[in-house]
Amino acid sequence: MTEVIPTKQMPPGLQVENVDDRIMTLNVGPQHPGSGHMRIIVKIDGDYIVSADPDPGYVHRGEEKMAESRNYITNIPHLERPVIHDSCNILYPYVLGVEELVGIEVPERAKYVRVIAAELNRCIYIQYWLAIYGIFLGHSTMFMWPAGDRELLIDLMEKITGARVTHAYFIPGGVRNDVPSNFEDVCLRQVNYFEKRIKEYADIFYDNPILKARTEDTGVLSREDAIRLGTTGSVLRASGVDYDLRIKEPYDVYDELDVHTNVLKAGDSYARSKVPWLDMLESCNIIRQALEKMPKSGSVRTKLKPNPKGGEGEVYRRVESGRGSAGCHIISKSKPEPYRLKLSVSSFRNLIALPYLLKGEKLGNMPAVYWSLNYWPVEADR
Amino acid sequence: MSVIAPKFRLGYFLKGIFDNAFWILTIVTLAGIPAIQIVLFYLELPVIDGELLTAFLAFTWLFNPTMQVPLIKALIYSDLFRIAAFPGFGFAALIAAGTIFVERKMLAKLQLRVGPFYCGKIEGILQLAGDGLKLISKEIIIPAKADKPLFWAAPVLFVGTAAAFVALIPVAPGGWVVADLDVGLLAVFAVIGFFPIITILSAWSANSKFPFIGGIRALHQMVSFEIPLILSLLGVVILTGTLNLSEIVESQSSFPWIIFMPIGAIVFFTTMLAELERIPFDLPEAESEIVAGWLTEFSGMMYGLVQLGSYLKLYAFAALFVIIFLGGWTGPVFWPPLDTELITEGIPIPNYAGDPILTVAAPGLPLLDKDPNEWVMQEQGGLVYTSGQLLVSGVIWFVLKTVGVIFFILLPRGVFPRIRLDMLLHIGWYKLIGLSFVNIFIALGLVYAGVIGPGGIL
Repeated sequence: MTEVIPTKQMPPGLQVENVDDRIMTLNVGPQHPGSGHMRIIVKIDGDYIVSADPDPGYVHRGEEKMAESRNYITNIPHLERPVIHDSCNILYPYVLGVEELVGIEVPERAKYVRVIAAELNRCIYIQYWLAIYGIFLGHSTMFMWPAGDRELLIDLMEKITGARVTHAYFIPGGVRNDVPSNFEDVCLRQVNYFEKRIKEYADIFYDNPILKARTEDTGVLSREDAIRLGTTGSVLRASGVDYDLRIKEPYDVYDELDVHTNVLKAGDSYARSKVPWLDMLESCNIIRQALEKMPKSGSVRTKLKPNPKGGEGEVYRRVESGRGSAGCHIISKSKPEPYRLKLSVSSFRNLIALPYLLKGEKLGNMPAVYWSLNYWPVEADR
Repeated sequence: MSVIAPKFRLGYFLKGIFDNAFWILTIVTLAGIPAIQIVLFYLELPVIDGELLTAFLAFTWLFNPTMQVPLIKALIYSDLFRIAAFPGFGFAALIAAGTIFVERKMLAKLQLRVGPFYCGKIEGILQLAGDGLKLISKEIIIPAKADKPLFWAAPVLFVGTAAAFVALIPVAPGGWVVADLDVGLLAVFAVIGFFPIITILSAWSANSKFPFIGGIRALHQMVSFEIPLILSLLGVVILTGTLNLSEIVESQSSFPWIIFMPIGAIVFFTTMLAELERIPFDLPEAESEIVAGWLTEFSGMMYGLVQLGSYLKLYAFAALFVIIFLGGWTGPVFWPPLDTELITEGIPIPNYAGDPILTVAAPGLPLLDKDPNEWVMQEQGGLVYTSGQLLVSGVIWFVLKTVGVIFFILLPRGVFPRIRLDMLLHIGWYKLIGLSFVNIFIALGLVYAGVIGPGGIL
């Protein structure tokens, strides 16, 4: 290969470059069972990865631009589309921001209902993520078990919101509707059973010697690098940084609940895969606490004016989603629509660590490292 | 909760059969019988033994046992039957099909699913047939830059090699094996040595990146696990002093070799999993890393052939484990032994006063033996086993043991994740080869200490 076309900057994958004959370039994705809706351009030398270049953007839908032409209420259903499996948490910062812009108070009961729904949704998302992590490592039972147990909580969310996946449940001023009358008993029962089930995953997955040998000491992200690269959520906490927005910047009623974070020091793929599982156990605790402290009756929604106008100004709120911090920046110019809306999503920020982690790894470690970053391609592309 | 598949109901099942029976009878009456009559009308019927062969006569022959037995016997003892049906391809394919069904249902139970359910009336038993039909009906796509002759040849060669492996497996006493070689075990090693060549051939000829990586992985895996595989079987060869598989089985009539060679059995089982590319050693087909490995470019029935070959290989490896370590077809005979007079003269049965009133005779028992005059296979006191008895009992024991081993081959798929290439090579070159040498030393120790062999147990 001697010929080089030094014309203009071509998109990744189309550049002609001088490479050693030993180096093989693999396009992992977008039509590859080991990639999401994205591509990783991997260069391998034998079994070792020389460089990995993630190429997201295949599912960009322009959610932020769409938000500028819709009013604050009609923005709700489409802003949850980036992560439909975690739809409550991705909508949470937007709803908090709009409440601040419009200036309304949320009833106490609605705050508890929101926390319960957000924690349930976090578990639903992590179960889906865990299922894919299992099948990426060739563990088919770990694909089927979380995908099946997830149904417990999905049924619960269906009871509350009427929809299985895309709930559109949080609205500025509270939640869309109250929970059904026998909800507390049913929720407690399902969550207890769910907790019992996910504790069994330790036997078949997390304590499995082959899994430990495969994922421990692979893709190690040190504490300094994790902070420097700007990772969030489970990736950051697996590297030994105690950072959870539910504690650092408590929103709604998280400051009244006893929330613990799960921090592991190793920073390898195993730790990154274990932190979300520990988070699920913690979510079960939070749900039980919230069910206990929740006011038994009362309004769950402060009525807004039809087509509410935000005040002059801007607001940035963020919450801890299933993957890490999810933020929403709204600039309002006293119009029914937001002037600008930006989502700051953790998937994109965690993806930045991928080239550093994959360099020098073996090809067999690629899915283990890639999916341990708690990355959701659709959320990253927005 | 989610939709749960309905339970099997006998009433619905019977109703389905009756519904179908009505249409079958209707079609046979309206179309089948006239068609047969038209064919018979135009046929020029031959004269045999001065008798015109009418349809009625042919039917008589078909249902006359004395006319049938020589025909059936000639068929059973022909080479074609051995290759195509009983100890060869058909038998192995039947067990392979059963394996696929059991694998799906067992894995589904393990994963809290139902598994194949709707295809076929009972528990999705026809799912495999449906999948086969689908694969046959699919278009075969060949990559533009592939080396076409080699790419076409690879699946066929794979099935052919797996069938050659099956041909070396003795199934029942009395020479029920397609190829009874004195160097049977060496031939097995030779056949196993073919698989990496075919794999790399198909992977390279596809001229695509992922198959190439998968083929290289398969080459690494098979070559480095072939050495412990061969070494782990040498212990048994040292103890028995023969390479003939039938003789190895007969040497285990009192106890199976796994009692003395547990290390060899463990090493062989592990290498077997790796040679079969089963989880946790399915690196050549690792889906999330290299799509489908060396199978990526195969489509339609080419993929089906490779799958068929790999399940035939699974049966053959499980059967080899049974033959070497678990004693093959040996085991208690299910039927009681017979009195010789029952076949030759008949046993007189007296009444209460002692007068013989009835003679029970079954001269037809050894009818299907190869030589009806030499039907005594095994004597025990005054009682004998016919070769037919031993055949049935041996086949049942063999199938039971093989199915047991296959179960343990399938089980890791639900329990373990996939391991990595460097871990695999480490296991192969450091641990398994060392263990197989330990096994050989145990065998040598047993022989020289006189525990087994002349003066010992044997």
